[in-house]
Amino acid sequence: MTWLETLRTGWDAVRSHRLRSGLTALGILIGIAAVVLTVGLGEGAQSRVSSQIDALGSNLLLVSPGSSTSSAGVRGGLGSASTLTVQDATALSSRVAAPDVAAVAPTTQRSESLIAGAANWTTTVVGTTPSWLPVRARTMASGRFLTDADGSAAVTVLGPTTATELFGSTDVTGQSVTINGIPFEVVGVLDPAGSSSTTNLDDQAIVPLQTAVTRLFGGATRTSVQSIYLQASSAGALSAAYQEATSVLDNQHHLAVTATPDFSITSQQSLLTTATSVSKTLTVLLAGIAGLSLLVGGIGVMNIMLVSVTERTREIGLRKALGAPPRIIRRQFLVEASVLGLAGGLLGAGLGVAGALIVPHFISNPIAISPTAIAVAIVVAVAIGVLFGVYPASRAARLAPIDALRSE
Amino acid sequence: MSSDRSLIWDDASPEPASEDTQVFDAVEGAPVIELTDVRKSYATGSVRVDALRGVSLRIEEGEYVAVMGPSGSGKSTLMHIVGCLDVPTSGDYRLAGELVGELDDEELAEIRNRRVGFVFQQFNLLPSLSAWRNVELPLTYAGVPGPERRARALAALGRVGIGDRVEHKPGELSGGQQQRVAVARALVGDPALILADEPTGNLDSIATEDVLTLFDELHAQGRTIVLITHEAEVAERAGRIIRIKDGMLSSDVSVGAR
Repeated sequence: MTWLETLRTGWDAVRSHRLRSGLTALGILIGIAAVVLTVGLGEGAQSRVSSQIDALGSNLLLVSPGSSTSSAGVRGGLGSASTLTVQDATALSSRVAAPDVAAVAPTTQRSESLIAGAANWTTTVVGTTPSWLPVRARTMASGRFLTDADGSAAVTVLGPTTATELFGSTDVTGQSVTINGIPFEVVGVLDPAGSSSTTNLDDQAIVPLQTAVTRLFGGATRTSVQSIYLQASSAGALSAAYQEATSVLDNQHHLAVTATPDFSITSQQSLLTTATSVSKTLTVLLAGIAGLSLLVGGIGVMNIMLVSVTERTREIGLRKALGAPPRIIRRQFLVEASVLGLAGGLLGAGLGVAGALIVPHFISNPIAISPTAIAVAIVVAVAIGVLFGVYPASRAARLAPIDALRSE
Repeated sequence: MSSDRSLIWDDASPEPASEDTQVFDAVEGAPVIELTDVRKSYATGSVRVDALRGVSLRIEEGEYVAVMGPSGSGKSTLMHIVGCLDVPTSGDYRLAGELVGELDDEELAEIRNRRVGFVFQQFNLLPSLSAWRNVELPLTYAGVPGPERRARALAALGRVGIGDRVEHKPGELSGGQQQRVAVARALVGDPALILADEPTGNLDSIATEDVLTLFDELHAQGRTIVLITHEAEVAERAGRIIRIKDGMLSSDVSVGAR
């Protein structure tokens, strides 16, 4: 008896009890669909988080003022007294003190109203240096980015959303936009980069740092900046860059080694780790519940297969009398159980994919359709059929033909 | 006699093809059944039941033998041992010359498949399969390839006279027709022995006559038939009647050539 014939026999047996087989497969189906959906949900969340963090720039370190390990003492909050300065940025640029830091981009930003003709639009105005472009991994759609020659000139580079809101198009190089009463020349437009969870990366106006601190924002210390972006020379150099930046800033701020630093450095990696560990925990939890439902489905398969063996005792006896050896009987019931598992697995994967396509319309989370997860789920479904079919199948194989034929 | 058989199997090899090595080669000229002091006892709880108490018996090729006996006589046990559904506790059983003792389940299954064609009282056809699918089952387990199986199943169904109903399911056939399908199934593997257990027990008198006529024809073609029955008129069709009582042969009468 070939495998194909065994498969056909198994399929016939499954088909001859449509309702029962359908309900049994349903148990597996729900489990597999749940696994596909939860894994997809987890992967979707993870890929969204990592793409958001990637969008910040690669090999990025972010130096923020204030301490992340806040102690009991009274400390100025963020923005009240900025502890980072342009001098810090310059010191960090030193190839000697911080050889693993490839580029430094100090930024200061404030929400401003932009006016172009009759249109106005409030957006984030970012003062920074020319190295912002590579550090943040951005590219130009048209025109040029800031250069060192801009000094404190009234020039600006707009994000694509900002340009569209003000001018109705992104082809606006050479146009004039008024910020805080000062007319700025638009010298370029950025390529779109999507939005992170907190800020729209496409809706901003970039101006030279000097222009921002001296002409636009004013403030107590004209040399202070809100944050400094550092780009490590490579992914492997991130921790070295982190150490170097810490020691440079400790020096700059005259901090003893034991003192609580008045700045904090976060890496994109640590953001990623935090964000993914949360979504991983959730995914594991959900997948665990889905796995439990698979287990329940498997027990359902075993139950039905045992019923089937009891019900078909005569058939088993007959097949044995006609010369079916125990191994063929065992194989037949195993195949039958795995056909149930396979049917449940295929339908469940189908339902999972359908869910992954439909559900994101109702919730904000994306659901990834992972071919690996689907393939693994189907294999697991068949494996569950086989696993939970072993006991019923060997019971069938052990039946003595005489007793089996005698049963009514 | 074998020339008559070839009328049925003109396009098929008389021996089913085997997946495994041919362990069970028939010995030429040996009796189909040879029981030597066969005993069988069961332990039912603490009670030992001696179902067969020393049965010796020879059935030659081409014989048509009826086995009779009251219930509890050991008739069923004898049939199980003769049909290789069970093995004797002691004594030798040779089927077509080969010793059937101490065989494991796999080997017993193979010998049943090759040597014995069963016909049961309840027909025992699988209700979900069509007539020819039922008939091909023994060939499936013998590893005969699909097209040959179908050809041989159709030939066997033609032989028993229901070649026009090969696609019918058992539920769509009368009792007599179902038993004919069962006989075709017993024939299809070309076994040394056809073992019929009360084959007419569930049939009306017309269908009984029908099936018995079929057995007569098979006998005339040289088939070895062992028929277990408690009806004297059924047994009278056979050439030899063996009576069994209390686990032992009580009489063995040859009626003479028919």
